Amino acid sequence: MHLAYPAVLAALLFCVGVYGVLARRNAILVLMSVELMLNAVNLNLVAFDVWLRDTLHAGQALTLFTIAVAAAEIGLGLAIVLMVHRNRGTADVDRLRDTAERPGSPDDGTDGGTDDAGAAATPTDETPHGEKAEATA
Amino acid sequence: MTTTTLAVLVPLLPFLGSVAGLLLGRTAPGFVRPLAVLPTFAAAVLAALVAARQGGGKAIEAATELTPTGSVPIDLALYIDGFAALVAVLVGVVATCVQIYSTGYLREDPRYPSYAALVSLFTSAMLLVVYSGDLMVLLVGWEIMGICSYFLVGHYWETPEARAASLKAFLVTKLGDVPFLIGLFALAVDAGTFRITGVLGAVASGGLDHPTLIALLLLAGVAGKSAQFPLHTWLPDAMAGPTPVSALIHAATMVAAGIYFTARLLPVFAESAAAMTVLAVMAAITMVGSALAALAQDDIKRVLAYSTIGQLGYMAGALAVGDRGAAVFHLVSHGAFKALLFLAAGTVIHAAGTNSLTAMSRMSGLAKRVPDAYWTMTVALLALAAIPPFAGFFSKEAVLVAAEHTALGDQTIQPAPAGAGWTVLVAGLLTALLTAAYALRLWLRAFRGRGAEAPDHGRQPIAMTTVLWVLAIPSLGFGLTVTYLDDWFDGHALTPTVTTAVLGTGLAGAGAVITYAVWRTLAARAPVAGPVPLPHVAHPDADAGLVEKEALDLPHPAEDPTDPGRAFLGPLHAPAADGFHLDAVYRAAFVRPVLAAASLVRFLDREVVDTYVSAAGNSAKGLGWLVRRAQTGNVQTYLSALLAGSVVLVIAAVALANAVAGA
Amino acid sequence: MILAAQAAAEAPGFLSPSGVEIAFLLVGLVTLGAAVVTVTTRQLVHAALWLVVALGGLAVEYLLLTAEFIAWVQVLIYVGSVVVLLLFGLMLTKAPIGRSPDADSGNRPVALGVALAAAVALVWVVVDAFRTTWIDLDGAVQGSTEVTGATLFKHWVLPFEALSVLLLAALVGAIVLSRKKEQAR
Repeated sequence: MHLAYPAVLAALLFCVGVYGVLARRNAILVLMSVELMLNAVNLNLVAFDVWLRDTLHAGQALTLFTIAVAAAEIGLGLAIVLMVHRNRGTADVDRLRDTAERPGSPDDGTDGGTDDAGAAATPTDETPHGEKAEATA
Repeated sequence: MTTTTLAVLVPLLPFLGSVAGLLLGRTAPGFVRPLAVLPTFAAAVLAALVAARQGGGKAIEAATELTPTGSVPIDLALYIDGFAALVAVLVGVVATCVQIYSTGYLREDPRYPSYAALVSLFTSAMLLVVYSGDLMVLLVGWEIMGICSYFLVGHYWETPEARAASLKAFLVTKLGDVPFLIGLFALAVDAGTFRITGVLGAVASGGLDHPTLIALLLLAGVAGKSAQFPLHTWLPDAMAGPTPVSALIHAATMVAAGIYFTARLLPVFAESAAAMTVLAVMAAITMVGSALAALAQDDIKRVLAYSTIGQLGYMAGALAVGDRGAAVFHLVSHGAFKALLFLAAGTVIHAAGTNSLTAMSRMSGLAKRVPDAYWTMTVALLALAAIPPFAGFFSKEAVLVAAEHTALGDQTIQPAPAGAGWTVLVAGLLTALLTAAYALRLWLRAFRGRGAEAPDHGRQPIAMTTVLWVLAIPSLGFGLTVTYLDDWFDGHALTPTVTTAVLGTGLAGAGAVITYAVWRTLAARAPVAGPVPLPHVAHPDADAGLVEKEALDLPHPAEDPTDPGRAFLGPLHAPAADGFHLDAVYRAAFVRPVLAAASLVRFLDREVVDTYVSAAGNSAKGLGWLVRRAQTGNVQTYLSALLAGSVVLVIAAVALANAVAGA
Repeated sequence: MILAAQAAAEAPGFLSPSGVEIAFLLVGLVTLGAAVVTVTTRQLVHAALWLVVALGGLAVEYLLLTAEFIAWVQVLIYVGSVVVLLLFGLMLTKAPIGRSPDADSGNRPVALGVALAAAVALVWVVVDAFRTTWIDLDGAVQGSTEVTGATLFKHWVLPFEALSVLLLAALVGAIVLSRKKEQAR
């Protein structure tokens, strides 16, 4: 079998995942797109492992690890999304903009966004960061 | 003790007294007065002792080199000849008198400790100038004197006049000091040494390459220090200082330094006929101009200031005709009577509560209120007007005799052009007439006023009146010692000759008679006005220093038809009262261009340089604004930018790799 | 490189595909289509379901590449647990059932541009690099459970154990994060 087939499929899947991460509004859909990207990488790993006939089967072992890490990631990510939703009443990524630089109050970090009703001040400020870190992992 | 040790102690004692006074001024106010008077007094006694031991004979020399100073060595050197010994005695005596007088005059002044310390430092610096045998050390004293004079003139710094006068003294004397410094260096380079004996030796052996240049540069400094035309304008304004300071500056220290310096280095100046001519013309203009200006002044101290400038012109004239003996003789006798004049004027101002002659002429009986000042001032004015047998007559005659000798081509000590002799002689005779006129005008208007009774403020402090009588002695009798002084001053006869004595005294008498006649006529013609309300000081019974300070702010009564000076001068009166508008000339020639240049610099700084600075700041701010625009807070935007950047990098890397592989 | 060169010399062309290749292509098209629908659909629950199709398709591809253990793990973990978790997440965040008009954020054009550029660049690079590379699927089985288990526990024991620690930490973290505030008080 041509190596190009799995490689191209993996590349396209990855780009679809990228599009999803960048374009979806709901945080859970963003997580799904992240899963797509991870799977594209997994496909690459398996294909190259098979092609190279590695005696250690590093590719397949790494794929297993990736799957496990992805499972952990989805668990944590969902927990964070739930918490954000519970605190903010929304899981929309583009409404979590507390780190934005606003012309009115350039240095006022503690003042949450005016559109985020009932925002608890400090702990929720951390959540977008955490979510982002997980999303890019 | 050896004479050298004594001589070293003379400038050192007032210096130590000054330092101690500055240190103890606040903590131990009780010591301030003894610390001010005693070291100065001791210095005066020691100076007299040194003079006695020197005795007009061979010069005492001592030198020690502290440290090697490159190509031109600088020594701590003493050089005491007859001139130095006598001038030091004068400085010591006048400074002692001023210090004693100040204890009464500035009795309640809160800044008396620093004032007394500065006067001591002033004295010490002048003594250093007098005794120093090294031009560099002399320059140190010269500059310290300048600093002290600026501070002392600005003693009443609360008044704008004092501040302005202090600044003016600084600027004008510095204008002369800069060329002076350059001249000193040029002289040292030509002569190869800063030692005065070395310089004079080099002059004697014809070792000077640029005598005219050096002499003219030095003359600028001398003109600044000794208030000669055209750098004299600071001296009348320096009247804003306390009267004892004026006495010190005018009689013994500051202005005497320039004349004394020229007398010391006269052979250098005599090398250049051009410099001597310049000096003669300068002296002539100074003499006549200042005498005319003195006739028109209303402030009693400004009259005396202009008279000082005129008498300094006499000394400069004597130097210009090559007779330094006559110059220093006049310096010493003038120092005595001018100090007396100023100190007496201070008493008069205190008693009258004003410094305006017009105001004084409207009060009667001032002479009765201050009899000591009245009598001593009369003596001093007679000396100033050169009436025999007072001190001024002999010294002025010495100057005129020297000028006559030079003009007629007789033998003189130093070669000098005959033109200089004629200039000095004519100007000197004319000034003799004018001097008598303004001296009499001052006396008449101060002590022969008519009008309301002068206010009674009680007796003047004993410290002040005693000093007046002490100084009256040399004013009266110093001239009589003239026959014994020849040995001190180069061994050249200083006795008057018949021609000049008759001419000078005759002209002085003529001036006095004319003034008196004019005064009588005007007084008879003028209606005897009722008691005119005069401007008066706020605290007439206070300390003399305070009265004078308040008098500085009083307006001067405008027109006074009974002023003989006005009738004497005619149309010249207005320009003369304003110092012949020299200040306006300076304003146009120097102040305006400097201000224009300053505003140009200000414009360049504000509009040009600042534009660059603010442009740098604004561009950073604009960039910051742009970057802030990028901070949307939307994670997806950030990620998009990140990934797009990665893609661009990847494409660039691949394209580059392909290009390299293809090549 | 020598291996690649030999493979390239012996490699058959793209115009005469083998049976495995045809199967791989068809399943790949289905997977890609499902993935595209996942990231574009406006119905959130449908997205999760289409994700199942995509992940399942990938499992089939693993099988076709003879990595059978990975394929079963894929089915087990992704299809069995991850998607279920995602559905739970949708439920708990009260995701709307049916079409939601605002499923895509305003960042969509940028995302499209970036994704297309990345796709073009990646496909170009991959095709350019591996156009003639041939995978020899015959011979010894490479991805059977036995082989994978042997390598995993022979060579990869330490990472495997570290991974279990990571999973534990993730478990604890997820519980801590999602615990309700009322219980904490």
